[in-house]
Order: sequence, then structure tokens, then C-alpha cells
Amino acid sequence: MTTLPLLLSAILAQAEHAGEAAAAVAERHGTEIAQAAHVSWLWLIPFFPLLGSAINTAFGPRLQKRYGKRAAHTVAVGAMVLSCIVAEVAFWKMFATPEHERFFEDHLWTMWQSGTLKVDLSFGVDPLGMLMTMIVTHVATLIHIYSTGYMADEPAYWRFFLWLNLFVFSMLLLVMGSNFVVMFFGWEGVGLCSYGLIAFWYTDIEKAKAGLKAFVVNRFGDFGFVIGLFILFWSLSGSWQDNRYVPDPGLANQKVLGAPAPAPRVSPAGVQLGPTMEFRELRNQISDESSGMSERLRDLTLWGMPVIALICIGFFIGATGKSAQIPLYVWLPDAMAGPTPVSALIHAATMVTAGVYMVARLNFLFALSPLAMTVVATVGCLTAIFAASIGFFQYDIKKVLAYSTVSQLGFMFIGVGVGAYWAGIFHLMTHAFFKACLFLGSGSVILACHHEQDMRKMGGLAKYTPITRWTYLAACWAIAGFPFASGFYSKDEILWKAWTAGGLSTPWIGHAIYVVGAIAALGTSFYMFRSYYMTFTGEYRGGHGHEDKERLEDPHAMAAHQHAAAAVTAPNDFAATADVVAATVPHQHGPDHAHDTHVHEDAHGGVPHESPNSMTWVLAALAFAAVVSGIIFGLPALWSGHEPLLEKFLAPSLPAAEKVPFAPASHSEELLFQFLGVAIAALGWITARTLYVDAKSQVPARLKESFARAWAVVYNKYYVDELYGATVIRFSLFLSRVLYWIDQNVIDSFVNFMGWVGRSVAYVDAAFDNYVVDGAVNGLADLIMNGGRTLRRVQTGHIQAYLFGALGGAIVFVILQYVIR
Amino acid sequence: MSSIGLPHFLAVGAALFALGMVTVVTRRNAVGILMGVELILNAANVNFIAFNHFVEGPGRLTGQVFSIFVIVLAAAEAAIGLAIVLAIYQTFRTIDVEETDLLRE
Repeated sequence: MTTLPLLLSAILAQAEHAGEAAAAVAERHGTEIAQAAHVSWLWLIPFFPLLGSAINTAFGPRLQKRYGKRAAHTVAVGAMVLSCIVAEVAFWKMFATPEHERFFEDHLWTMWQSGTLKVDLSFGVDPLGMLMTMIVTHVATLIHIYSTGYMADEPAYWRFFLWLNLFVFSMLLLVMGSNFVVMFFGWEGVGLCSYGLIAFWYTDIEKAKAGLKAFVVNRFGDFGFVIGLFILFWSLSGSWQDNRYVPDPGLANQKVLGAPAPAPRVSPAGVQLGPTMEFRELRNQISDESSGMSERLRDLTLWGMPVIALICIGFFIGATGKSAQIPLYVWLPDAMAGPTPVSALIHAATMVTAGVYMVARLNFLFALSPLAMTVVATVGCLTAIFAASIGFFQYDIKKVLAYSTVSQLGFMFIGVGVGAYWAGIFHLMTHAFFKACLFLGSGSVILACHHEQDMRKMGGLAKYTPITRWTYLAACWAIAGFPFASGFYSKDEILWKAWTAGGLSTPWIGHAIYVVGAIAALGTSFYMFRSYYMTFTGEYRGGHGHEDKERLEDPHAMAAHQHAAAAVTAPNDFAATADVVAATVPHQHGPDHAHDTHVHEDAHGGVPHESPNSMTWVLAALAFAAVVSGIIFGLPALWSGHEPLLEKFLAPSLPAAEKVPFAPASHSEELLFQFLGVAIAALGWITARTLYVDAKSQVPARLKESFARAWAVVYNKYYVDELYGATVIRFSLFLSRVLYWIDQNVIDSFVNFMGWVGRSVAYVDAAFDNYVVDGAVNGLADLIMNGGRTLRRVQTGHIQAYLFGALGGAIVFVILQYVIR
Repeated sequence: MSSIGLPHFLAVGAALFALGMVTVVTRRNAVGILMGVELILNAANVNFIAFNHFVEGPGRLTGQVFSIFVIVLAAAEAAIGLAIVLAIYQTFRTIDVEETDLLRE
């Protein structure tokens, strides 16, 4: 036992030594070259959720049976709290470290090595990874706690928590992985967990389909990610000629597998060059001016196209899948089939931001290609307005939030696309808070209304659920961009940077993005306050008591499809309710409906009710964060005189931020734009209030009537799902039918023919074996047996007979001797 | 009238050998076979003495010594042979060699 402290101190001393050396190198070459400091306990952060998940997988059902649900959530929440603590320790350690050394790495082992490809299982957190780790662990912990209340009546309680823990593990792999492969493991892992959680109530076919849809759509994106990764790896290899690092002539001449790793090339500044999977090494190669790597990537072409744009667009396709951007956003609204805490954690706060995180993580790559940056920003901007417009007329509260999430992710992509990486990440962070709060608030509302998700059947909840109401309102302020709330700072910063952007391929495109983004922001404010007023003001329009509820509610299913037909024809939003009731098919009750039995005893009268403490406290914490995080982390330089805290913190991770140009602008111009932002938010709010407060105004219904056709198009999400159904899915089905035919007729007949050939050959071979080989063997055996039988007669046993033989032989020899001679 | 020479002795020896051989091959009595063996041995003795006298010379004793060896050996052989015959008799209750065909097994 005494050796342990010694060992620890030795390790610490070694780490310090390494740190000093790194500092010395960094001083010599300037701060653009990042040196890693080894922190040997980083692996604990993802390890605890994995452990929790493993325990619940192996023993969950038995634990829950013997000790009750408390056991399952104690394991899961405990694992999250431990993980959180370790993350906190790492965070404070990072603060105590000088800026250029803020690259903590924890190399566990080399997973495989082949030629120039070396893949390590290692974790690395720089300030960007640290921020993501903090968001993931903390928001996840809060949502775990919330889930103990929300899922209290779920029979497969342990299964929910095992998926949730596994998700956090995968997400931490994604944000903490120090190389592309570990990140990709996490990337796929979160996709899997997303599938498992969306389809959590898999007995409902609609939910199972939604899970499958998310999984399949994400595959398209992942394909782009992998292609980008391959091209990147290829483009990094090369040889050293004429004092410059030049690419190999072509793929054909490149020995990738089986070739011994070539001798390391080192740039004049001491950076090792060549193919790598490690983010930090890649970053150093590109940031190092003397290596010529950035010029090389910029000049390199593949099939006549600039390689850097191909790489970045490949990665961005991956991001559109994971982060639900046009054209791959369609899975996210359907993902609302999952339990609400899942929607909050995975489909709002963490997983869907993975694409934004990745683009920010690869900022040095994207900054090399104005084309890729323009694509990112444009797609983000189009998604923002497109999703916001769909959000205008949805009635399902979770759908509104889902489209809002897609829209806000678009804003983040505008940020990272125009080169304001820190602003994109800032919006990611504030969005994690306010969107998690909104989703959890909607979950609380859904519970309050006995699993009703249709906002037309809510209303007046303010007096029944005061805490939910205030937290929801606070989050609405934040997302709409009211002054001093967090969303104001982050969204304003993004739009301002878009206006002044100078790194895009066309100069005017920044202004265009600003205008479209501003309209999307107006829409955001409108639909959020619309959902607030429809839900919390006026009179309660929900069902009364159990029977009604039993017949009506389909808590998590996507009943909106059925609602749509009824709603389009109805003259008034609220009058449509009756039609909806008629149109809604009573569904088979899944396990989630066990709810009604005990926790909500008080709800049997049909009156909405406030949620348990485990949920309201989490709501309060998130609402607090949603309001104040902007002031703390992102107070603009215009107001405070120095750069925002978050920008300063993230600077070591974002070397490209200094290289992307922005147009100079005066302070008054920036103030004007901030004022514009506030005006936009206020306009959206006032419109929503006029139209929807207390459900009194008849204007929405009239408008709907006069523009019925347009309304139906938007309400049905521009028929994008139908479009996909008619094109991609139909084509896939057609293709699969063709392939089935080929399989049946071509492949099968070929296989059968080969089988027939084999059988014929075998028949001939069997005959040969039976008659020739066996004949020879048996014949020989017969010969010997018969010979032996004959010869044994000679052995009589009579000595005298033998003697006769010997004598005869002797006489024969004698005679022979005379004859021969 | 020629004197008695080596060929005469050899002829006697050959005759003795032939008689002994025929006795050994044809007699069914084991004791008779032993007697045939004695005849063969003595045929050899006659040859030894004859060769010693006519080839080595009258003063030399090599052939005589061999003969004495053979006589001693014949005595021993007779003793062992008779013992075997006794053993055969005890096993088969006969000394007819036609009956004793255990070697065939």
C-alpha cells in the first residue's frame, strides 16, 4: 500500500516534466503548435456511464425485481454523477493550465496499425472538447434525474436507463475522442442509442418505424463522413521532394496496406507530417506555416475537383445527417416518438449538435475552403428558415420543438459556416440549456395533460403548473432572443458575424444569410410564443377524466398524421378538436400507460397537475442556465470592452478563427444590428400574443381559411416526407425488387448450375473411386489372401518333410552347379 | 591290384551318410532318427580320418582330434536327443514323429 503514493507522485512528476518540455517547445515555435499534456484519468469520464449501462444490462431486471426501480436509477444516476465529478476536475485542471498547454490526452492503447495508418484508443480534450464534455455530462445528469420522475411507471425502467447511460458513453466518445476513429465510434454509437430510444416503446409500430427512419437516414450522412475521412487520409500522404512536402502521384502508386511505415517527415518547426487520424496532429500540420501542408491541401485536386472542398463537404454531409439539416433533417421530427427526456437529451441538447461540434473541431480544414464554408452556412440558413416555417402551424407541442431544434441547428451551422466558430459553439451551449428546458417543460405539460400532446387540447395550464409555466416562459425568452437572455447573445453574434463575413466564396452571400436568418429568428420568436400562449393561457380545453383520456390520448405516437386530415377541413383550430377525436383511432395501450395507476392519483378528476419535484427542480436549474449563461459566457466585446469569456476559452481549439476575415464595422453599426435583433424578437412575440393569447382571437382561423392551400402545404411539412417516399424510398424499393429478380433468376440459376456441375463431377468421381481405386485395393488384398491360403499348406509341421525340402534343395543346387558349369 | 586309397574311404563315408540320411528322413520312430543322426556323424568321422591320413600326412593329428570332438559331441547329442524324445513321449504318449506336428501351429 505504501508504494501507491510513491507511484502516484512519480506519475505526477513525469507528467509535470512532460508539460515543461511541451511548454519549451511551444515557446520556441509559437502557440499555433499544440502540445499535449498527458492526463491519465480522462478515460474515467466515459467509463462510468459505460459501467452503469453494463450493470443495468446484466443485472437490471433482477435488481429492479428485488430492490425496485430505485436500484436501476441509482446505478444510472450514480454513474452520471461520478462522470460529472471527474469532468469537473478536468475542467478546473484545464483552468489551472496555461493556455497553449490546454490539450489533455489520455492514450489507452493502439487499436491497430497497418502501414501509415495508426489508430489509437485515446481521449483528448482541448477547450472545445472540454466544453462539450461539460455540457454533455451536466445536461445528461439533469435529464437522468428528470427521467426518474417522468418514467416512474415504465415497467422496463432499467432498459431505459441502460440506453440512456450507453448514449452518454457514446456521446462522450464522440466529443472526447482524440482521433477520427474514436469519434466515429461515438458517432455511430449515438446513432444506435438514438434508434434504441426512439423505438423504446417498440410495441407501437409507428415508434419502431420512427426509430428505423432515424437510423437509416443517419446512414446516408455517415457515408459522407467516411468518404470525407478516406479522402483526407489519402491527401495527407506524400513524399518529401525539393524541400517541400508533395503528394504522391496517384492512388495506384500508393501502398497503403502492408507497406512499412515510412520514416517520419518533420517540418522545419518540428511538426511531424504525414497521414494521421489524430485531430491535434492534423491541426498542427495545417496550422504550421512552414510545413506547406495547407497550401498543398488547397492545391490538391482529385478528379478535377479541389480535394479540400470534397473532404469538407463529405464531413458536412455526415453533419447534415446527425444534426438534421437539409436534406437529411426528416428523421428528427419523427424522433419525437421517443420518451420526452430522450427528445431533450438526444434530439435537442447533445447528439444533434454533434455535426456542429465536428465542423468546429475541424475548423482548420473548413477555413481552407471558402466553397465548403459557403455550403455549410447556406445549408444552415436554408434549414433555419425552412424548419421555422414548418414550426408555425404544428399543433403537436413536441413537433413544434422538433422543428425549432432543426431551425436552431441551422443557426449553429451559419455560425460555424461563416467562420464564427465560437459563436456557433456558444449557440450550441445556450441551445442545450434552453431547448432541454423547453423539451422537459413540454414533457411536464404532457404529463400534466395526461399524455396529451396536441396544443389545441391544452390551454390555461399556467394556473395548474406554475413552475413549468415560468421555466417554459424563461426558455422562450432565451430562444426568442430577448435582451439579456442567453439566446439573444448567441443568435445575435451569429447573425452579426454572418453580415460581416469575409471568408465566403461570394461577398454578398453573407448579407443574404443575414436577411434569411433574421426572418428565421422572427419565426422562432413567433412559433415559440405561439406554443407558449396556446399551452399556458386561456381555458383548459383538455379532456375530463379517465374515460375521455383512455379513448383519446396517444401520448407519444405521431398522431398528427391522422390529425392533419381532420384539421385541414375544419373551419376553426379549436373546433377541429371534435373532428380529431373522431379521426383518432383508439390505440392499443403500451406499457407507458401504467402511469395512470398510482403516481397521478390526483389527476383522475381530469384536472392538470404539476409534476413531481425531481422534474421541477431540473426545469428550474435549466431555466436558470438558459437565462444567465449568455451574460456569463458570451457578453459581447461591444458591451464589456474585452472579448467574451467563451471565445477566449475556446481560442486554443480554434486556430482558424483568426484566419477567417471579417469586414470591419463600427460600434454603432453593431449596436444597430443588436437593436434590430431585439425588434425582431419583439415583433414575433407581439404577433404571437395578438393571435394566440387566451385563444380568443379569430384571426388565425380566418387566415387559415383564406390561405387554406398554402396552410395545408406548410402544415404537411411541404410534403417532404411524401417527396422522399415518392423518390428515394420508391426508388429503393424498385431497386430492391430488381435486385430480388436478379437474385432469383440470375444468381440463383448460376448457383444452381454450379451445384449441378459439382454434383456431376462428384458422381464421376464416386464411380472412379468405387470401381478403380476400390477394385485395386480389394484385388491386392484378395491376391495376398488367396496366396497365403495356398502357401500355408506347405507348412505341415513334420520335421521330416522340411528335411526333405532341404535335401531336395541341396540336390537341386548341386545339379545346377554341374549344369551351369 | 591297386591298394586301398582315399576314394574307397570316401565311398564308405558317402554310403554311411546316405544310409543315415535315409534313416533320418524315413523313420517314424524318434529313436530311429537319432540313430540315423549317429550314422551321419560317423560318416563325417570316416571322412575326417581319411583326409587326415591321405591329405595332411600320417604324422599329423588334426583329423583325429576333430573325430574325437565329433564322438564326444555325438554322445552329448544323443543324451539331449533322448531327453527330448522322453519329453515328446510324455507330451504325446508316442514317439511317432508323424504325430508330433506342433510346429505347424
